[in-house]
Amino acid sequence: MSHGLLLSFEVTILVLAIFLGFEVISKVPTLLHTPLMSGTNAIHGIVIVGAMLVAGLGHKDTLTTVVGLVAVVLASANVVGGFVVTDRMLEMFKKREPPAAERTAHDGGAAKEDPSKREVPPTQ
Amino acid sequence: MGQVATNFAYLATIVAFILALKFLSHPATARRGNWIGAVGMLIAIAVTFAQKSVVSYWEIVVGMAVGGSFGAVAARRVKMTAIPQMVALFNGVGGGAAALISLGEFHIRAPDPGRLHGDISVSIILSALIGSISFAGSMVAFAKLQELIQGRPIVYPGQQAVNALLLAAIVAAGVGIVAGAEQQWLIVAVILGSLLFGVLFVLPIGGADMPVVISLLNAFTGIAAAATGFELENNVLIVSGMLVGASGTLLTILMGRAMNRSIANVLFGAFGQVSPSAAASAADTDGGAVRSATADDVAVMLAYAHKVVFVPGYGMAVAQAQHDVRQLADLLEARGVEVSYAIHPVAGRMPGHMNVLLAEANVPYPQLKEMDEANSEFPRTDVALVIGANDVTNPDARSNQGSPIYGMPILNVDEAQSVVVLKRSMNPGFAGIENPLFVNPKTVMLFGDAKDSIDQLISGVKAQ
Repeated sequence: MSHGLLLSFEVTILVLAIFLGFEVISKVPTLLHTPLMSGTNAIHGIVIVGAMLVAGLGHKDTLTTVVGLVAVVLASANVVGGFVVTDRMLEMFKKREPPAAERTAHDGGAAKEDPSKREVPPTQ
Repeated sequence: MGQVATNFAYLATIVAFILALKFLSHPATARRGNWIGAVGMLIAIAVTFAQKSVVSYWEIVVGMAVGGSFGAVAARRVKMTAIPQMVALFNGVGGGAAALISLGEFHIRAPDPGRLHGDISVSIILSALIGSISFAGSMVAFAKLQELIQGRPIVYPGQQAVNALLLAAIVAAGVGIVAGAEQQWLIVAVILGSLLFGVLFVLPIGGADMPVVISLLNAFTGIAAAATGFELENNVLIVSGMLVGASGTLLTILMGRAMNRSIANVLFGAFGQVSPSAAASAADTDGGAVRSATADDVAVMLAYAHKVVFVPGYGMAVAQAQHDVRQLADLLEARGVEVSYAIHPVAGRMPGHMNVLLAEANVPYPQLKEMDEANSEFPRTDVALVIGANDVTNPDARSNQGSPIYGMPILNVDEAQSVVVLKRSMNPGFAGIENPLFVNPKTVMLFGDAKDSIDQLISGVKAQ
């Protein structure tokens, strides 16, 4: 494939991705702004693919080796940290129970969770 | 693994990321969305390992072990109050990685004159430029939120001109590279210049605006990642990077809207400059009479109220008082007092941050009222208990055109019968703005650490 043709395909999917990115989060409640920011933060950790492609090259000089290695370190921190911290936040949203139910849980030990109360009801 | 198979496997990653974003936008599916995203990422990493051009493994494995364990430990240990700076940090390292990729790519390709297509060199410059700005800017945002440097805007004369000149110089170096001057020092100049620009760009923005800045830099890193996709002719980087670039931009706009401010205003404007009328109002606050109360006085007010609204802010979270606040709320409810929480969209240090913090303390969800609902309830509220919140209750936002936060929608706590403000001292808030609410005749102040004060209120109410 000629370089120009490849470029035209790349630009096409780039533009489609812009529209998709706007579309897919257009109705997010304020409640989820922080986890969403953190989640998209984890997704741009995809630069790890680029870092791997640079670091994985066979014949390269010292500068490229160091640059590639550092890029992999940074991108891995982005990926792992991003997903873990987002999961920690969202885990808390799951633990939603009315206080009465929680007191029962502490007193009796046998906590019966009402499944309908465990998920966060949609806001707005 | 052949190029075609690789690209199809990358498509699976792209689909996973799209589903992840979609699921992350709904409370019930958000956690699953995050997991789907992580699976997509794993697929991309595995596929990249299997690529023909990837032959040297030790850099990758060592790098992943070091970076991954740092990320995991930091993300596990961070307190929920420190989430904003953690996001800033993870965002910054992503941007840094994008900038380094472009440096590496340029170094690999540059020795062959004429090999660099125009679009490749443009995307190398863009990812170097945007990635470096994102890295340096995020680090400044981190330092401001962590209070390593002062949160107030740092301004000096001619700041905008200096920034504009620096950016022009960076762009000139970039144009030089695209025009064919494929010199190593030029790309290094672009990166160093962009790092400096990132610092200078974020320094004049006030601490209270950092969430918007982080969200914007988040979008920047996405765009830098997409640019590296053009350098490496890699679909998954282009699409995933741009998805984050677009959704991050929209999220930034939504956050700005929640504060009723344009993004340009957040980035370049008002917070730095104190207009004369704002200074005048600040003087008023200094001169006004502040009434302070004892915990016992406030406990009586609360115990015999019909309706109490808690207005939590970042100060509550810093004092780790959210569990005590819930105890106090439970106690009041047991006495028949109607209790709710008024949550400003930007309470805490990030939109939605306060919801996370109260969720951590198991506050029942139906008691959390969003701003509009809360504001309609204040006129029939006996006591509004403001716990470590400041700017989101500042009446200047409604009435003082000279105030830096004029126009920001606020919680109208001053419409309640009486207002109790729990505050450490009379220092102005994170944004460094005076708050005339404190001298309102309806207001009494209860000074001290939020957690201690709430504990005193709990024993006070119990004694009634």
